[in-house]
Amino acid sequence: MLDELETLYTESLAKLDQVDNTAVLETWYHDTLGRKGAVYLLTRQVGQMDPAIRPAFGKRLNEVKSDLQAAYDGRLATLKAAELEATIAGSALDVTLPGRPLPTGGLHIITQTLRDTYRIFGDMGFQVYRSPDVDTDANNFELLNFPPHHPAREMQDSFYTTKPDVILRTHTSAGQIRAMQEYYPEPVRVILPGMCYRNEQITTRSSIQFTQVEGLAVGHNISMADLKGTLTEFARRMFGANRQTRFRASYFPFTEPSAEMDITCFLCESKGCQVCKYTGWLEILGSGMVHPNVLRNGGYDPDVYTGFAFGMGPERIAMLKYGIDDIRQFWGNDLRFLQQF
Amino acid sequence: MLVPLSWLKDFVTIDRPVAEVDRILTNAGLEVKTIEYIGIPGADLVWDRGLIVLGHILKVEQHPNADKLVLATVDYGADAPEVVVTGAPNLFEFVGQGDISSRGLYSPLALEGAELYDGHKDGRQKMKLKGRPLRGIHNRCMVCSEKELGISDEHEGIILITKDEWSPDYVAGTPLQDVLGDAVLEIDIIPNIARCASMLGVAREYAALTNQPLRLPDYHVVMDGPPVEGKVLITTDEPELNPRFVGMVINNVRQIDSPYWMQYRLRLAGQRPINVVVDISNYVMLEMGQPNHTFDYDFLRQRADQYAPDGPIHIHTRLPQPGETLTTLDEKVHKLPPHAILVTDPLSNLSLGGIMGGLDSEIKPETQNVLLEAAAWNFINIRRTSTTLGIHSDAAFRFSRGVHPSQALLGAQRAAELMRRLAGGTVAQGIVDYYPNPPQPTAVTLKYEYARRLSGLDLSGEAMAGLLRRLEFEVKVHGDHLIATVPDHRLDIEGPHDLVEEICRVYGYDNIPNTILSDPLPPQRGNPKLEQEERIKDVLAQAGLQELITFRLTSPLYEAKLLPGSEGDARPYVSLTNPNSAERAVMRHSLLASVLEIAAHNSRYQDRIAIFEIGPIFIEDEEEILPTEQTRLSLALTGQRGVPGWQGGNAGQYDFFDLKGILETLFGEVHLPISYEAAQHPTYRPGRTARLLLNGQQIGVMGELHPLVAERLDLRLERDQPVLAADIDLDALIPHIPPYYPYTPISPYPPIEEDLAVVVDGGVTAVTVEQTIRQAGGNLLKDVRLFDVYEGEQIGKGKRSLAYHLTFQATDKTLNDKAVAKQRQRIIAALAQRLNAKIRE
Ligand SMILES: [Zn+2]
Repeated sequence: MLDELETLYTESLAKLDQVDNTAVLETWYHDTLGRKGAVYLLTRQVGQMDPAIRPAFGKRLNEVKSDLQAAYDGRLATLKAAELEATIAGSALDVTLPGRPLPTGGLHIITQTLRDTYRIFGDMGFQVYRSPDVDTDANNFELLNFPPHHPAREMQDSFYTTKPDVILRTHTSAGQIRAMQEYYPEPVRVILPGMCYRNEQITTRSSIQFTQVEGLAVGHNISMADLKGTLTEFARRMFGANRQTRFRASYFPFTEPSAEMDITCFLCESKGCQVCKYTGWLEILGSGMVHPNVLRNGGYDPDVYTGFAFGMGPERIAMLKYGIDDIRQFWGNDLRFLQQF
Repeated sequence: MLVPLSWLKDFVTIDRPVAEVDRILTNAGLEVKTIEYIGIPGADLVWDRGLIVLGHILKVEQHPNADKLVLATVDYGADAPEVVVTGAPNLFEFVGQGDISSRGLYSPLALEGAELYDGHKDGRQKMKLKGRPLRGIHNRCMVCSEKELGISDEHEGIILITKDEWSPDYVAGTPLQDVLGDAVLEIDIIPNIARCASMLGVAREYAALTNQPLRLPDYHVVMDGPPVEGKVLITTDEPELNPRFVGMVINNVRQIDSPYWMQYRLRLAGQRPINVVVDISNYVMLEMGQPNHTFDYDFLRQRADQYAPDGPIHIHTRLPQPGETLTTLDEKVHKLPPHAILVTDPLSNLSLGGIMGGLDSEIKPETQNVLLEAAAWNFINIRRTSTTLGIHSDAAFRFSRGVHPSQALLGAQRAAELMRRLAGGTVAQGIVDYYPNPPQPTAVTLKYEYARRLSGLDLSGEAMAGLLRRLEFEVKVHGDHLIATVPDHRLDIEGPHDLVEEICRVYGYDNIPNTILSDPLPPQRGNPKLEQEERIKDVLAQAGLQELITFRLTSPLYEAKLLPGSEGDARPYVSLTNPNSAERAVMRHSLLASVLEIAAHNSRYQDRIAIFEIGPIFIEDEEEILPTEQTRLSLALTGQRGVPGWQGGNAGQYDFFDLKGILETLFGEVHLPISYEAAQHPTYRPGRTARLLLNGQQIGVMGELHPLVAERLDLRLERDQPVLAADIDLDALIPHIPPYYPYTPISPYPPIEEDLAVVVDGGVTAVTVEQTIRQAGGNLLKDVRLFDVYEGEQIGKGKRSLAYHLTFQATDKTLNDKAVAKQRQRIIAALAQRLNAKIRE
């Protein structure tokens, strides 16, 4: 019996050595250590054995069993590792092939630009105030200190509607009066985004429709220095922390003093390029202290209140940032254009 | 306006580099748009200071060996003059005249080695001057034409400059840079610096900004002709529109060419020289900003002989009579608007006041006696008239921006004196000055506290006064305020804010500190509607749709394409009286039409279109002044659902349920219980149209676009390719978006899942079946998901099988099969009872 056991032991180990894949290994296990395997069959014979040799045989049987189990475990681990290695080796990808494309959506470039301005001015306490596209001549011009036939009106060719004194707003400044009248006597800090309209030739540089963001701050102690500080802060957050600003005297009927703000060119770092016309400066926005007549028309006493206002064009900002050379792209909405942003 | 720097130097010292002058003027509101350099550093051709100098022509002789060449002896400041061989035709007249040094003839002289443009080649090609023999005489210098110096394309003759009593004091040997070299600034004259629309105006500003004295032009006039008294009478009907009219008479003017220095300046400033009389008129306007006009005196006198043989010429300004016309000197006949102010005599009109002269009364080549007009006009009226008539003359440019009446007399004097000096005229004694109501000087009170609060500058009253005085304000300083009297060349100062602007400008905007707002923050209300719109945009963009922003101007005809079988939208439009084009003539009624217009455009290039826009539509309201602006959301989908990759796999075309899925996702995100029911709408395909309901109210329509509409909009589609569209009223929707909503706890107990297939009549809608299941399922029924729809012979004609996946779950215990079976039986019973449904096993 013991011989039989030793033979089984030796042969099984020898067979195990020959096993070269996990499937054959399972067969080996089934035949050797399985529920009806060779080792089991020997175990069954222990009962009929001579009681004298039974303990020794039993002891040896257990040794063999555990040796075979260990040998099996070792073999299994080796084979599995080899098989995994083979699988991995045979399944390499060309990682440079393109990925599976997703159908993606996006926000219009002007929405993105507007959100930047909302966020930056929002941090400074300016809230978004919207007013209608179709407004009265009074809100768009007269109450903003543009008298009839004033030269400044010529700067903005209006679209008139069939209703007298109703026009398409030429600037979002039309909302200034509405905001002041609504909020008086509270202090005001709003930005007014929106679509504006001017009767101009449609070219790569001008459109009959364009967006504008106007800003308005009214309070008891708001100065030209605050205007400069606020707008410089905006310029740095919008165009980069090391931007310098320059304020030039200018003219708008609804502000006085008035100023244009230029920033150092971020395309050439002020070395001079085609976009900044080799001046190193880019014109970004118009601004000024709210004209006393406008404050009065909004309900605020100009002896008590002061304020500043500014206006800028999101299209111009986007054109500068992304080098867009044709303003017509914005409302043309060619998906090949929009999906680049 | 073109401003030669050399001209400014008549009135103010300019010793800063051009770039610095540019910066000073630009920062103060006189924006320098461009700078053109002539001969000086910055120009393409810089005139060498040693090699290109002013030469004095002493003698001109015939070249011994050539008919077409002369020898000019030129003093150029060296020990000995130089003999120059030249073919300049304008020197031939001096041949044989011997010593002409007393004639004061000067010309630019280039010495050997100087760089010039080649006068004989097209365009501007540089060459270096080399000495060479010309017909046997060695020549090493050249007298220059304008072309050779880069001044103009003129190469017919050389530049000949005459020195006389009124010309600059030319000195032989002076570097030409200092005589004709220049930088011409193009300055943008914005409306509030109309006072700077002249050389003097710009110089005055520069003097103030650099704190230097201003030198005024010489306004003195020698009047030694016969007295003007009794010869000219000036009256007006309209002192408001024509507050001042100055007339002077100059006799015996000679209409010769004006001197080179004047022609040169006029050309640099963009004016074409004509003859001395016209040139003086333009020169004075450019120099000091007062436009003026010259009439043919004898012509006016002959007319006076008809209406007042013994009386004066009667100049009268008035508004036109109905139907009156005027022929301007450019020979155009104008129908006059009722507000046009005319200069007339009793017989007829003579000129369009402040804008343009009339053809008949204009000076002619043979005119010797001139009536000079310098007047003041109401700027708004001039603007109206010049705009109405489309006449944009230099005079109108200035008068329509405002010229102070004080300037009229000075302008008349300056022009008359120049006609005396340069045209040989005799100025009649006396000036006819009709000026009924000279305005009082404006005095403005400025409180220091206000100035400091507005500017943010902590300046003393004295400091403010000092800055204003530089701009010629007369300032009296008091305790807490100053009183500034406005100088008489300005019309733009009305109140203290204007003074603050002037203080800031002269102080320098760049010197004002930058501060952060320290004023109290207003109540922070946000903008809830905008925030919801932006949230909806985010959801749709994440769902794979591209946002658009389209034209809000459209045409009723285009929008009518969405409504086949009708005349179009019957509601009134906001219509433009002056549209840019017929396609953009009204404010839109339909955002969907705008979105589909873009879909049609992109259908030429794209396999997949998934787009949306949030924006207003405009419905004219006859009762109200302004139209109703409604915020809409429109979507359009068409084409390939997916983007094809290299692994292939066609995801198919977008259909009704893609759009519905997007809408369901959107409404799920904003927690709005939207329901859908079959509907009819002319834009959409019958049978594939749904209306969207919120609490029983319709808030929008969705569906497959009617094939006819797709065709009319010129969408490029494959055969049977559906276009899906939706149009939703956000004004009706956004107010219902809940600010918060209850959270559903996650049950720790396992769910039991079962499938249930229901066969119903074809007319029973899916939503009815689902509602019935949900109602009968009670609290334990957590979720109902439709996973299959089947129609076919197996279940009988006109029947439909809907298969649902049901999830039962309790929040407080593990459910057993028995409890679920009971629920399931209740559901089956309810379906059978209410919908006559059968269960498919
Ligand atoms: Zn640049």
